Amino acid sequence: MKKNISLRIILSYLLLVLIAIAVIYPSFWVIMTSFREGTSLYSESIIPKNMTLDHYREIFANDDVSPVLTWYGNTLKVATLSMLFGTIIQLFTAYTISRFRFKGRRVVMSSILLLSMFPGFLSLVAIYAMFQRFDLLGTHAALIIVYSAGAALGMFVAKGYFDTMPRGLEEAARIDGASHMTVFLKIFLPLSKPMLIYIALTTFTGAFVDFVLAKAILRNDREVWTLAVGLYDMVFSSKDAKYTLFAAGAVLAAIPVTLLFLALQRFLVEGITAGSSKG
Amino acid sequence: MANFAKKAAVLSTLCMGLGQWYNRQFVKGALFLTAEIVFVYLLITSFIDNLIGLITLGDKGATLEKVGRKFVNVPGDNSIDMLLDGLASVLVILVIIFIYVMNVRDAYRTGKAREAGEKPLSFTQSWKKMNTYSFPYMMLTIPFIGVLIFTIFPILFTVLIAFTNYSAPNYIPPKGLVDWVGFETFIDLFALKQWSYTFFTLLTWTAIWAVSATVTTYFGGILVALLIQQKGIKLKRFWRTLFILPYAIPQFISLLIFRNLLNDEFGAINGMLRQIGLEGVKWLNDPIMAKFSIIFVNMWVGIPVSMLLVIGLLGNIPKDLYEAADVDGATNGQKFRSITMPYILFATAPVLIINFVGNINNFNVIYLLTNGDPKSGDLQYAGTTDLLVTWLYKLTLDNQQYSFASAIAVLMFIFIAIMAIIMFRNTPSFKEEDMVQ
Repeated sequence: MKKNISLRIILSYLLLVLIAIAVIYPSFWVIMTSFREGTSLYSESIIPKNMTLDHYREIFANDDVSPVLTWYGNTLKVATLSMLFGTIIQLFTAYTISRFRFKGRRVVMSSILLLSMFPGFLSLVAIYAMFQRFDLLGTHAALIIVYSAGAALGMFVAKGYFDTMPRGLEEAARIDGASHMTVFLKIFLPLSKPMLIYIALTTFTGAFVDFVLAKAILRNDREVWTLAVGLYDMVFSSKDAKYTLFAAGAVLAAIPVTLLFLALQRFLVEGITAGSSKG
Repeated sequence: MANFAKKAAVLSTLCMGLGQWYNRQFVKGALFLTAEIVFVYLLITSFIDNLIGLITLGDKGATLEKVGRKFVNVPGDNSIDMLLDGLASVLVILVIIFIYVMNVRDAYRTGKAREAGEKPLSFTQSWKKMNTYSFPYMMLTIPFIGVLIFTIFPILFTVLIAFTNYSAPNYIPPKGLVDWVGFETFIDLFALKQWSYTFFTLLTWTAIWAVSATVTTYFGGILVALLIQQKGIKLKRFWRTLFILPYAIPQFISLLIFRNLLNDEFGAINGMLRQIGLEGVKWLNDPIMAKFSIIFVNMWVGIPVSMLLVIGLLGNIPKDLYEAADVDGATNGQKFRSITMPYILFATAPVLIINFVGNINNFNVIYLLTNGDPKSGDLQYAGTTDLLVTWLYKLTLDNQQYSFASAIAVLMFIFIAIMAIIMFRNTPSFKEEDMVQ
């Protein structure tokens, strides 16, 4: 019996190590490729013989064909502003639906659940036509508006969080004559810091990593592209794909988001498990 | 006793604000009256034209006209702009009707209060009252407007486009006019051989993909979670953090990296295979192999989330269930089958449906990994690994086949709505949610 168990454990460790290799390999490859000389994809060994920082220098030189640095700035701008507006919108929606019983609340909740299952790009034709009408195609404003406006639909995790707070909180304050707004700002906002971080993180990365709408709305003007659109172009443009430069760009783009995720994973785990039980 | 309520309601129906005026709520009455004036002005100056435009979609095409010696291109009606304006007008008119009803109801209620001998509220009093009772509505106004304009409006617009002939090469404004064609686009989608073949091929692949992607990541996640959480494994936190990595790295970056790794000529994976003397595999260039590659890469991307979810749930399973099972002498396998699995399945049922719908719409994995390739001559504007959504995207962005793209979107809306309703019906947590009361 004892021997049996240890065999199981050994096999499990073996499996864990294999999974770990599969998990790490792509990141390892892209980091190594970003240090390799030349531009080609092919390499004899994964660890390059001569390491070089040329591709990173090229990124900071920010040339016209692949202005990675500009794309980086664009992405940060779009993601930060979307986070700002999106967080406020999502927080308001979640708080209201969680803490108030008003007429039509059920309908509002079912509609949000239904609408959140429709991906925005299904109605791309319409979004395209609308922005064309207002001459906003190819602008960051269009992207920020779309990302922020959709934030209300992602409110279920935050609503679940507000649901768990005791009812007495606002009642006591209301009796003391505080307005609803005061109750929200002075009592609930300070208590919802973890949720605030969760919403801010998800709205920020949501905008940072979005490809579908960014590609559709920003179109062919390289100067206004975000990282997702730019890096896609570097891999897919058939005439001179610069794989090593792509690798360097990918490393720089992935670092902040990945670190942010790992640093805040506690909140994400809470968010995911809360979301599952709340439907 | 005077009949204040009825009179006020009738007056407010005649013209917004009159009833309030009659109730001696002058500021409120003035506000409603101003609103009425603005509405009537808008109705006359633009809404009527917009509604007519919505029906005709324009009848004057672009023409060349002789001005002096030169021919000048005179733009005609822009059908799509007319459709946008028309639909926007309809929505605004609905909002106006809503405000109108509110105005009549307000007049009636104030009248009733007066009949009961109460003094009508002053403007500051009404304002305060509204702040208290309408607070939830006020908080939801901005989110609602955002969702109305950028989610609901586009969906309605897409539905309308599906019933027009808005498509290249002939019906693209400002050069051409767009017209209503009824169900013609849907009929074409099913009756024209190329379209229907493409539609059903992609529909089949979308279904296979959504099922296998959901199942593989779901059970993969459970397996990895159980692997880490089983007794005797050390450094649980370390493994968990390590395995979250694919979730933390932006998805578009991992997918583009995988595209490079799986390149059949120069990719690193085939490089390794060749070094140990094997043939390279056409990971992404063979119609069948590409599908397997997509599902594998998707497992890499998707397992971490379900792993996190399951690890969270494992901690929630009541310990006494296991203790009771121990007392009854259950084996590990029995405990797993009768306690762990049912618990996880029950708790994650809604997630499973959300993931399934999410995979039907999983644009990134396909578009960034294969771009729908390898190509096939039999398919209309699509490759062999395209999903319905990536096809829709290509029809919109690359080929200007807006009416077909919209028809496909409408079909998907209907399908997703059905899935959502099934989920509402079967999710106890959604029904019994009223915990805070």
